[in-house]
Amino acid sequence: MKPILEVINIGKKFRIQHELKSYLSLRESLMGIFQRKNTSYEEFHALEDINFNVYQGEAIGIIGKNGAGKSTLLKILSKITPPSQGKIISRGRIASLLEVGTGFHPELTGRENVFLNGSILGMTNAEIKSKFDEIIDFSNTEKFLDTPLKHYSSGMQLRLAFAVAAFLEPEILIIDEVLAVGDAEFQKKCMGKMESASKEEGKTILFVSHDLNAITNLTRKSLLLKSGKFAGFDETPKIVEKYLEGDSGDKVYKKEIDLKKPLPQFISAGIKTSLPDDIHAADAEMEVNLQIYVNEETRHTSWLTVQIMDSMDRGCVHVSLSSLQLPLCKSKGIQTITCRFPRLRLYQGQYHFNFYLSGPPGEPIYEIIRNVCPFKVMIIGKERDWSYWPNECVYFEDAKWDLTKIAE
Amino acid sequence: MEYEIKPQRKFDFGMKELWSYKELFYFFTWRDIKVKYKQTVLGFLWAVLQPFVTMVVFTFFFGRLLNVPSAGLPYPVFVLSGLLLWNIFSSGVVNAGNSMVANSNIIKKIYFPRLIIPLSSILVSVFDFLMTLIVFVAVLVFYNITTELHIDWLYFIMLLPLCVLLSCLASFGLGTLLAAMNIKYRDFRYLIPFLVQTLLFVTPVIYPISIVQSSLVKWILSLNPMYAAIEIFRSGLTGVLPEFQLILTSVISSLLILFVGVYFFRKTEYYFADLA
Repeated sequence: MKPILEVINIGKKFRIQHELKSYLSLRESLMGIFQRKNTSYEEFHALEDINFNVYQGEAIGIIGKNGAGKSTLLKILSKITPPSQGKIISRGRIASLLEVGTGFHPELTGRENVFLNGSILGMTNAEIKSKFDEIIDFSNTEKFLDTPLKHYSSGMQLRLAFAVAAFLEPEILIIDEVLAVGDAEFQKKCMGKMESASKEEGKTILFVSHDLNAITNLTRKSLLLKSGKFAGFDETPKIVEKYLEGDSGDKVYKKEIDLKKPLPQFISAGIKTSLPDDIHAADAEMEVNLQIYVNEETRHTSWLTVQIMDSMDRGCVHVSLSSLQLPLCKSKGIQTITCRFPRLRLYQGQYHFNFYLSGPPGEPIYEIIRNVCPFKVMIIGKERDWSYWPNECVYFEDAKWDLTKIAE
Repeated sequence: MEYEIKPQRKFDFGMKELWSYKELFYFFTWRDIKVKYKQTVLGFLWAVLQPFVTMVVFTFFFGRLLNVPSAGLPYPVFVLSGLLLWNIFSSGVVNAGNSMVANSNIIKKIYFPRLIIPLSSILVSVFDFLMTLIVFVAVLVFYNITTELHIDWLYFIMLLPLCVLLSCLASFGLGTLLAAMNIKYRDFRYLIPFLVQTLLFVTPVIYPISIVQSSLVKWILSLNPMYAAIEIFRSGLTGVLPEFQLILTSVISSLLILFVGVYFFRKTEYYFADLA
């Protein structure tokens, strides 16, 4: 069987002008004719040598950090922007969903927008008509069908937009991170719809998301991109692992002081686990040490937030040092902060830290460092009669049990 | 169905693909018409009112105060017959020219033949034209009765589609060219209204071409793509045949602009999403 999608040596480069501008002005172009060219261009490879094949009915995840080229790849696949090298052979109708509600117009009614949006996404008029009731049913907006869209709540607009997209019937469906918005219940509904589309109807799906859980649930194979380059195409769990270990970050975060930066900045972050080699025993004490350089005293006392994320990048622990507690960043120079977790009750698994330094709520964020200080939790000294399985829970909780005997 | 996505494509006008997207084209046009008149109290009446008021104003200043000749027609009939087609061109060019930038959010997210966008803007002006036509026919009937114009109605109705087509071709050519330029150089946003305003004065809308004596100037004026449409349309009312050579010049110039416009548009189309 021939693959439904063959991506061969795809690359895309941009020329970036050093003075970054989104568009040219005619005057500059005209001046350029007479002046000697002294604007320097730099070639930037958004994508380089990407190769992979997709077979019909496969659901493929595309994983990579911000700027890895995921969106560029999707744009090339959707024909929105051309590649600068290589080619893609497609053997099916591609529909892409890079955004929900593309072309929605606030002045038009819900009904009119369904037709417009459906048509923009590539449905025929007859198709939309035949699915219209289902779309409205899925979106739960039948009461407002003839109300202009501008009177809809943002949640309703989103539901309507998703509903139209959910009834697309191409052979290949390309979905960018669109599920990140919307409430949890609706997200679940959409995921279910996508799952049935790929597993039951045999549609081919290419799916970009930062939500590794969604990728793991929906796809069997995934493509990993790393700063525009191919970094793996394999079974999803393997790729997810590769993605996470690839950037399991610096064990100890350290940075030179940037004297030009007026805002407070992190200069180091480190942890003390209960065991060597960044291994931590569940329920033991952990110490986090941070150093912050203050160039200019801040107006308000700063806030510091420490967050522990699991291997799926879900937040597990989130604690903040707020302005009322300690005078953070209120004097120039280096400040050392220690945060102790007397009993870190995380379940076994791989974790890492994020640190946030900001003003009080409503004030700007000074700095965020993500994905640093990885550590592994092992269950030691808490043996029980049966073994601990991975992903059984997130953390240990104390429980008190009572047994009441009801009369015989 | 198998197709390839590759870097530099061989050039073609892509008419076949355009045809396969005719429904989207229809929806864009329908949206633009709908949105244009939504939330306006007078609604479609605006399409009627605008040219009518312009006619009254022009008649007062040019017809009465300046005594501009009107080829034997009552001045209101004369100026409205020109404005009718001129409005297709002026609003067509302005809207088409701005259409790509106005729809950049869609262009960045979905693929479709981009020509649909300027094309549908022009169709919106044709819709407005049909509204104005009602006024024109009313004015015509009024003067036909009061001043006994003796209009050859059959001839007039036969000429109408031809003139509308010529106007559409003229506006489409210039409109697509400007749309493509506008995406690349935003200066065109300011240039377009100015250009259209200037063109009004070099087009025989408010004056007949007969007031121009020099044949060289006449020839230069006929390079204007709208020259042919307006002159042919007026000949249906006056019964005086226009100079064939000048008409031909105008049509050729119009087709040339159309070709250049669509060619340039197609050439740069692939990069619109990167520039928009």
